[in-house]
Amino acid sequence: MAGATSALFLLDMKGRVLIWRDYRGDVSSAQVEKFFSKLIEREGDPASHDPVVFDDGVTYMFIQYNNVYILTAARQNCNAASMLLFLHRVVDVFKHYFEELEEESLRDNFVVVYELLDEIMDFGYPQYTEAKILSEFIKTDAYRMEVTQRPPMAVTNAVSWRSEGIRYKKNEVFLDVVESVNILVNSNGQVVRSDVVGALKMRTYLSGMPECKLGLNDRVLLEAQGRATKGKAVDLDDIKFHQCVRLARFENDRTISFIPPDGAFDLMTYRLSTQVKPLIWVEAQVERHSRSRVEYTVKARSQFKERSTATNVEIELPVSSDATTPSVRTSMGSAVYAPEREALLWKIKSFPGGKDYMLRAQFGLPSITAEDSAPEKHPPIRVKFEIPYFTVSGIQVRYLKIIEKSGYQALPWVRYITTAGEYELRMI
Amino acid sequence: MCLPGNQAFFILKGTMSGHDSKYFSTTKKGEIPELKEELNSQYKDKKKDAVKKVIAAMTVGKDVSMLFTDVVNCMQTENLELKKLVYLYLINYAKSQPDLAILAVNTFVKDSQDPNPLIRALAVRTMGCIRVDKITEYLCDPLQRCLKDDDPYVRKTAAICVAKLYDINAELVEDRGFLETLKDLISDSNPMVVANAVAALAEIQESSSKVIFEITSHTLFKLLAALNECTEWGQVFILDALSSYKAKDARDAENIVERVTPRLQHANCAVVLSAVKVILQQMEHISSQDVIRTLCKKMAPPLVTLISAEPEIQYVALRNINLIVQKRPLILAHEIKVFFCKYNDPIYVKMEKLEIMIKLASDRNIDQVLLEFKEYATEVDVDFVRKAVRAIGRCAIKLERAAEKCIGVLLDLIKIKVNYVVQEAIIVIKDIFRRYPNMYESIIATLCENLDTLDEPEAKASMIWIIGEYAERIDNADELLESFLETFPEEPAQVQLQLLTAAVKLFLKKPTERPQEMIQVVLNNATQETDNPDLRDRAYIYWRLLSTDPEAAKDVVLAEKPTISDDSNQLDSSLLDELLGNIATLASVYHKPPESFVSRVKTVQKPEEDEEYLEGQDSGQNESSAPIPDSVVASVPANANRAASAAPVQPAAAPPMPDLMSDLISLDLVPVSEPTAAAPSGPPLPVIFPASAGQGLQISGRLIRRDGQVFYSLAFENNTTGPLDGFQIQFNKNTFGLAAAGPLQVPSLLPGTKADTLLPMLLFQNLSVGPPSSVLQVAVKNHQQPVWYFTDKIPLQALFLEDGKMERGSFLETWKALPDSHEVTRDLPTALISSVDATVEKLSSSNLFYIARRMLKDTNQDVLYLSCKVPYVSGKSIPFLVELTALVGSPGVKCAVKTPSPEMSPLLFDAIDFLLK
Repeated sequence: MAGATSALFLLDMKGRVLIWRDYRGDVSSAQVEKFFSKLIEREGDPASHDPVVFDDGVTYMFIQYNNVYILTAARQNCNAASMLLFLHRVVDVFKHYFEELEEESLRDNFVVVYELLDEIMDFGYPQYTEAKILSEFIKTDAYRMEVTQRPPMAVTNAVSWRSEGIRYKKNEVFLDVVESVNILVNSNGQVVRSDVVGALKMRTYLSGMPECKLGLNDRVLLEAQGRATKGKAVDLDDIKFHQCVRLARFENDRTISFIPPDGAFDLMTYRLSTQVKPLIWVEAQVERHSRSRVEYTVKARSQFKERSTATNVEIELPVSSDATTPSVRTSMGSAVYAPEREALLWKIKSFPGGKDYMLRAQFGLPSITAEDSAPEKHPPIRVKFEIPYFTVSGIQVRYLKIIEKSGYQALPWVRYITTAGEYELRMI
Repeated sequence: MCLPGNQAFFILKGTMSGHDSKYFSTTKKGEIPELKEELNSQYKDKKKDAVKKVIAAMTVGKDVSMLFTDVVNCMQTENLELKKLVYLYLINYAKSQPDLAILAVNTFVKDSQDPNPLIRALAVRTMGCIRVDKITEYLCDPLQRCLKDDDPYVRKTAAICVAKLYDINAELVEDRGFLETLKDLISDSNPMVVANAVAALAEIQESSSKVIFEITSHTLFKLLAALNECTEWGQVFILDALSSYKAKDARDAENIVERVTPRLQHANCAVVLSAVKVILQQMEHISSQDVIRTLCKKMAPPLVTLISAEPEIQYVALRNINLIVQKRPLILAHEIKVFFCKYNDPIYVKMEKLEIMIKLASDRNIDQVLLEFKEYATEVDVDFVRKAVRAIGRCAIKLERAAEKCIGVLLDLIKIKVNYVVQEAIIVIKDIFRRYPNMYESIIATLCENLDTLDEPEAKASMIWIIGEYAERIDNADELLESFLETFPEEPAQVQLQLLTAAVKLFLKKPTERPQEMIQVVLNNATQETDNPDLRDRAYIYWRLLSTDPEAAKDVVLAEKPTISDDSNQLDSSLLDELLGNIATLASVYHKPPESFVSRVKTVQKPEEDEEYLEGQDSGQNESSAPIPDSVVASVPANANRAASAAPVQPAAAPPMPDLMSDLISLDLVPVSEPTAAAPSGPPLPVIFPASAGQGLQISGRLIRRDGQVFYSLAFENNTTGPLDGFQIQFNKNTFGLAAAGPLQVPSLLPGTKADTLLPMLLFQNLSVGPPSSVLQVAVKNHQQPVWYFTDKIPLQALFLEDGKMERGSFLETWKALPDSHEVTRDLPTALISSVDATVEKLSSSNLFYIARRMLKDTNQDVLYLSCKVPYVSGKSIPFLVELTALVGSPGVKCAVKTPSPEMSPLLFDAIDFLLK
């Protein structure tokens, strides 16, 4: 049903090959270079091009990271989702190895790059992309030892993400519950779409092979256990787990059990599509005075409980690209004109719940306009913020049990925070 | 590998940082001898550095194959890093030095028995990548051993290696029993080994026609067990393999689904999508509606979550969701909001979201959807804006109750007066008028205000169609049309044809003085001033109709038109099912079956019709508004005569319609014998005689070639209220003297039924005189109805002879021997060569044979030389020497033809244009 890819390429911004690995001997680097530089020339910005392109019998799939394109060329009907995701994982692996993935770091480490390309894919089939475990047997020069390494058990084990024999003096787990609110408000003030994407981000510093069990106030679980659910339980629409979580077990009795990888990872992500009241509401009135000046009156209101406070609030107010001579007054925070973003940035360090703040701005406009001007862009107002110690969903970690055969006690630390995701309010 | 640019670049930057980059900066002078010396150094470090320099040189595209022996000599080392580099070198250069590659074999074999599993695996992995026959032989024993290695890391590598070896030498793999060993690995205790074995077996199965890998209930159990434990990539291999498993019964299917459903919670999008594929496949075997409903409910949230993945993955997900909602619209019926575009979505994501929004639009959500479309129509990206406007029109056609709202939005958009928005809106409004005749004509006045801004042919043609169609309600219709007529000669064919028809409609509806003058001007223009046969023919028909029987003209020109529906981008159900079986793969992204783009699959002879079937799918990708209704039957492609310089020019003032009808009628009709003809199964044939013209009888057909013979593939459809029988067919004299070789075999047709038939044809039976023409006039009669006449087109490709291939030498000779006056060229703007190999294969299957190919360096264009032969009276044939010039992948092909009969070239151009679509 599926197939493999033929080769993997790392290209520079002009589409020239930096390093490539041929897996099946049926595409040439000259062919790929020719195709991709043509694409760059034609499109200007390949980022706006479909990421899957067919040309002369070959399918190209690519992503961009910094100043590098990562591309695969395939002649078979391979699994596109898997390949594109694999490219993103390749980026993660390189980032883990070289701190940053860019042209320079690839060149500086080409020997390791080749070694990695040999290990993560075989004959065009993705094999293994756990950076942490890979670095146990493929090492950069600085850590290279003369003794020959063996493949860590983890590579082929059922627990492929954790090596044995990890030791910490102090066993600790940090768990951050991060919820980002995505919202789209129409120009008539109606909330068109809203959802919350949450993530349980974990950092584990645990010895040995710890068995973990996580309890949430998940309504399905609590109801199944026959416990009272007095408004405390949450309904999660879709949950995605890190591969360490036993999915079959979760399907059976909603227990989240796992042996965690060492270090930082996303244990789970979830989505909630219930209608959310916009936490920060922004209204902008625009008054145009013929072709001489334009006035903005912006009102921002925090619509959450007074005991919470939003921090690092940034409201990006789009202004016309030919606006000049700004003059701005705010009732709180500071506002700067950022012509490179064609926007006014209003920053408020601390924004407690239930408050209203105002901004008034005036811009001069040129009196002459081009005859045949292109239609104007209508970007939305965008808002960024963070609200610590607060979640929209009301999700709570009820317990995190850690059991290891050596019997140590581990301390779990839990934090909650809500941030703005794609938070857009369209202007009229 | 030749990348001189890069090399300079690396050297330049090499001085800036430490680490590996230093290996790129070797001195230019005496580089190779210097390296040679260093490679043979007795100091380990120096040796290692030298190999790194060699690899660096290889990376920037320098040829270092001459160092083969020296590098291979470094292979026997304890240093793993060095060994890997040497192996890498071998993969790259073994092919160019096959004789020397044998030097490496001993070390390989030795390494495959090394105590370190990492080295054993490395050896067998690398050997499989060296595609040199001589080496392959030596690979067998190590592979045999490694497949049974104690270490799972070695076994999983060996499993893939079997697929590598199969790709090089399938016979060897079968003879040595590797397939059996590989199948045993499905029961391996290690999940990673199982996953790789599955991937290898699936690949081998793909390239073999024998049954090699079939999932039985026993293996099914093993696979489901491994699914819980292997890596995310391994899970994808297993799920992809499971999707081809045919469940025995509903219980079997439910069991699989139950085991696969937990995968929907996996963080890896590819695992999720492949799990969806398996579930959808198994749902086909489940009959319980409750179970199906539950499954649909379960799949919705994971599918929605995919829309927040990385944009590239979103794109793949959206292309797949497009398929899923066509099959099971209920899954996402309530989730339309997640497909609303975000301002910063990449354009390719926005386009796909729009497509799904149209599919999910319903009476319930249309208000919100329209608000969104309106918002999008004011964005900056022109393509996206156009698509948004078109989306509004498509919703109007799809949802009758929402049509009025849609029109309201379109009118609002027209008021913004952005040129391309107005034009796009007019195009879709024309479709809306066709869908709902006599409902919304009140808006015509608003449309007319924008006449002068129209500059795109399709928009102009649409507006003119509207004016003609509603001429009786537009007071100044004559004035409006007149304003277009001033530029008649300069207009593109599409606009000219609409102007002609609109003028005729106007005249028929308002036979006053002004329209009468107008029609004179138009008919004169269209018959005498034009070299477009399509236009000229249509003008002559109108002329003749109007002058003989205006009432009949009314019946023809103002006839009721069949209603249209929004079927754009709707896939045919068998293709849809095939694509759903390919979810997550490239086929599901392209919306095309794998055979159409995979260049390395087992070769299966495809019948001619299949090819056309594939072409038909293309339309699924390009949305198109419904064609402007023509009042005249079959139309000949425009420009058919532009190459007339070399062909004898037809007398411009030829009498309208030579008396061919009488010719046709005077011929005796061949009686029809009772039905036996086998119906050809294949793609839908084009309608050549619509039901509206045949009082309910509809005929579709096309001339095709099969096994060296010409057939007329026909389909008769009885939409009348009574049975039809006694079908007979007759052909008028034509350029190639095509005539029926036997009686037409159509059974008696009950109302609402359809019959297909293949009518064998003979050539050179009733030849017409005069310049070559593709027109084929056909008469069909039956016992119940009058004799029907209609026109079809002779596709020249149906006449291409099987022996049309020329030798290179004789092609050159013939080309030179023919005078330049016999060379005719034509640009085919919409023809496309997406891939040279595929095109060549496709053309040669139509008997247009490939001779040679060259590249134009400065323009990057490919030039293809081809030949074909068309039969000619008295057993002779006319050769055609064809030269195609095109930029692969972008539309537009320049076609040059040299032939002893240049007057035939317009027909050839049409054939090539058709074949390259």
